[in-house]
Amino acid sequence: MPNVILDFEKPLLELENRIAELKQYAGDKGIDLAAEINILENRLRELKKEIYENLTPWQRTQLARHPERPNALDYFNLLFTDFLPLCGDRCYGDDPALVGGIARFEGVPVTVIGHVKGHNTKENLARNFGMPNPEGFRKALRLVQQAEKFQRPVISLVDTPGAYSGAGAEERGQAWAIANNLFAFSRLKTPIIVIITGEGGSGGALALGVGDVLLMLENSIFSVISPEGCATILWKDSQRAPEAASALKLTASELLSLGLIDGVIPEPLGGAHRDPKGTADNIRAEIRQRLQELRQIDAEQLVAARWSRLRRICGF
Amino acid sequence: MLKDLFRKQKRYITVQPGTAPEHEEEKEPLWIKCPDCGEILYVRELEKGLKVCSKCRYHFRLSAPERIAATVDDNTFQELDGDLKAVDPLSFPAYRSKLSSAEQETGMRDAILTGQGAIEGRPVLIGVLEPNFIMGSMGCIVGEKITRLVERAIKSKLPVILFSASGGARMQEGVFSLMQMAKTSAAIARLHEAGILYVSVLTDPTTGGVLASFATLGDIILAEPGALIGFAGRRVTEQTLKEKLPPDFQTAEFCFNHGLIDLIVPRNEMRQILAQILSLHSERG
Repeated sequence: MPNVILDFEKPLLELENRIAELKQYAGDKGIDLAAEINILENRLRELKKEIYENLTPWQRTQLARHPERPNALDYFNLLFTDFLPLCGDRCYGDDPALVGGIARFEGVPVTVIGHVKGHNTKENLARNFGMPNPEGFRKALRLVQQAEKFQRPVISLVDTPGAYSGAGAEERGQAWAIANNLFAFSRLKTPIIVIITGEGGSGGALALGVGDVLLMLENSIFSVISPEGCATILWKDSQRAPEAASALKLTASELLSLGLIDGVIPEPLGGAHRDPKGTADNIRAEIRQRLQELRQIDAEQLVAARWSRLRRICGF
Repeated sequence: MLKDLFRKQKRYITVQPGTAPEHEEEKEPLWIKCPDCGEILYVRELEKGLKVCSKCRYHFRLSAPERIAATVDDNTFQELDGDLKAVDPLSFPAYRSKLSSAEQETGMRDAILTGQGAIEGRPVLIGVLEPNFIMGSMGCIVGEKITRLVERAIKSKLPVILFSASGGARMQEGVFSLMQMAKTSAAIARLHEAGILYVSVLTDPTTGGVLASFATLGDIILAEPGALIGFAGRRVTEQTLKEKLPPDFQTAEFCFNHGLIDLIVPRNEMRQILAQILSLHSERG
């Protein structure tokens, strides 16, 4: 069981505790309670299905932000071998909120980049809660340009509340850094696969989000503004975030049916944090297939197709 | 939050009917108070002076048609894609009524006016964001019209000038709006590869997703004095930092001092500077 249990998961926790107690009791007393335990376990399975297959957009938002949800570094370990982190923007500093480097995916060298949130307060303070400064975006730009030079495909994992809004970030051109990434990623002559693994928060997410394929994990979100921010603007009440989450159409399945993303990667029941390995297996299968397709297309065609994908969004 | 950006706009003083009987039938106020220095300004004089306060040089916001009039040679502007009308792709709560009141207030169909015109006789493709249409925010139509303007520039080899005045991406169109950041930036990248000049002019206010896309991708970036220019809202930043920020934070001057823009150009010199830039790019070196 994860350490952090969300409100809507509490009935599951109660049931799981009861099963554990019963097992303990049966073991201690030497009584056969297999039938009773079996009934409860069946009930648990049903309840899990019922809860996780009917999540509201706000509940998915909570899952997408779950502190134990695997971050980019977890996925780098699960998906790749020989990961070599590369640091710094060659200008000002290194941004721990955005990591990247070179690795192998099933033997093939790839460039990997991703936002990194922490799993606890200490890690989050070190990672600035996954909110990059301009240095992070500039490092990502440097790494993808390096990937282009060496003809390596890029795998980009998106998970951020947004770009950091600090005085230093403004002084060093936060908006300029994001715009430059959108500009450069759109013309990069090497395949780019983007996977939103958690929170796809606005411009800070999009700065790693322009590519040939845009996929989302089942319980991830992608939005122009946080539900809290939206509720504050609309109703001057951040408590109404659940309503805003519905209005924004920020879930993977909604964005797929709106034609804004290319696919949804399923998560094991209960969310990625309950089974990081299982989640990574699903991601791996998807990367393998997409990479195989993209590597057959020549670079000029790839860039032309990337443009026409963007061009079509709200093309009239 | 972002609404505060636009608060400065309509602080008219009331004029008693008795004091100006000859203008009783007019709806527009005769006098306006400068939000910066407090000077009471005669509206007709203000308009003659391109809406710059004669006392403190405060630059009032211009609507998109006013900007075109102040920038483009008389009788040369021809609007493009004027038939495109705002859409509501998410069926977002209360968005349709917001759109229709914005349409009524501004007489525009969305937050941008694009077209072809001439500056000092030199033809140019020009786009101007309308700050009074849902804060000049960028949704599908703004992104599409900029993209079409850029595509036309690639075809016709004409230079592009975009005047920004925007609160950022339009929330009510969700990820459709967000993707306009990518779409317009990618369009500018194609313009860049085609070797065509793009001048971006940042006016009050240029923030959020507009600043973080096409507005900062100009070959040359100009700004009007005192314009609010920043990625995150000032209040958000103050909350993040839990401290007061310097008074010039996120202004044109702040951006200039940090090397983020090329020049600050007062409104009465803008036409001349743009003409100079166009002239300097009219032949290869």
